[in-house]
Amino acid sequence: MKALSLKDMWRDEELRQVFAACLTLSLATGVFAVSFGVTAVGAGASVAQTCVMSLTVFTGASLFSAVSVIGAGGSAVSAFGGAALLAARNAVYGLAMAPHLKGRLATRLVAAQVTIDESTAMAAAQTDEDHRRAAFWITGLSIYLFWNIGTLIGAILGSAIDPKTYGLDAAFPAAFVAMVWPLLRDRRSALAAAIGATMCLALIPFTPVGVPILCAVLGVAVGIPSPGDTEPQAAAQ
Amino acid sequence: MSWGFVLALALTAYGFKVLGLVLVGDRQLPAVLDRCLALIPAALIAALVVKDTFSIGQHLQLDARAAGVGAAVIAAWRKAPLIAVIVIGAGVTAAIRAAR
Repeated sequence: MKALSLKDMWRDEELRQVFAACLTLSLATGVFAVSFGVTAVGAGASVAQTCVMSLTVFTGASLFSAVSVIGAGGSAVSAFGGAALLAARNAVYGLAMAPHLKGRLATRLVAAQVTIDESTAMAAAQTDEDHRRAAFWITGLSIYLFWNIGTLIGAILGSAIDPKTYGLDAAFPAAFVAMVWPLLRDRRSALAAAIGATMCLALIPFTPVGVPILCAVLGVAVGIPSPGDTEPQAAAQ
Repeated sequence: MSWGFVLALALTAYGFKVLGLVLVGDRQLPAVLDRCLALIPAALIAALVVKDTFSIGQHLQLDARAAGVGAAVIAAWRKAPLIAVIVIGAGVTAAIRAAR
């Protein structure tokens, strides 16, 4: 595995775009993290518990869900169940990233902790293996850093600005649009994306939060037929 | 909130993340599985976009985010840099909310 040095990365046109986008997303993440810190302390967690949760759980949707349920007077069991459902999709991201993160077990164990929506999507948007790995680590680590700093600030200050004021809730889907866009040139990927999106939209009103995204994985079934099956000449060769 | 709860959540969340990476690990997979795994980002990221744009919890909702993300789609189509797409998405959403 050839690792790019930081200087190489900065000189690289594609990765400069990754750095710039990461900084923006990380700042947005930081603002959400401040509000998570405030919500968690408001729900009865101590500052230490809030920060440990943030450092160890590191999957924003699960954390928000857990502290909101507890803050609203829900039981620990229902808070845990909802959070676990939301965390489950990271297992699917792990499956997608595994072929690109081969190497030492210790490295993979660290990579697992930063396997989230943003790092997987940013990696997927790259065109070759070196860029993919670099984009995964840059995104995962910078979001990890800003998320945890934000949590600490929120837990201590006890007040936050509403991320919605600056449209930050739309920053993430906007980023995902740009990341998925290059994939859609491939016919199969476009079909998988269409199925995933439709499945998710159709299930949102009827299933617990977290399930629609998990079911979107069914879109990958378009990969089952071998590319040769649709082109008899190619299969015959 | 108890430390037991924090620990349980931490182990579960990390367990899911490790599961995917370790399950496949260094194994050489059959071609059909490789093809399917390669399609995971397209299927899930597309799903994330519609979830983040059109829903709040279990409710479908059409609001300022749809306009922001719509503008982001145009920007991505016009090959704008990633950071521009993000800023446009957030900016349009914020502007519409402010105008109300």
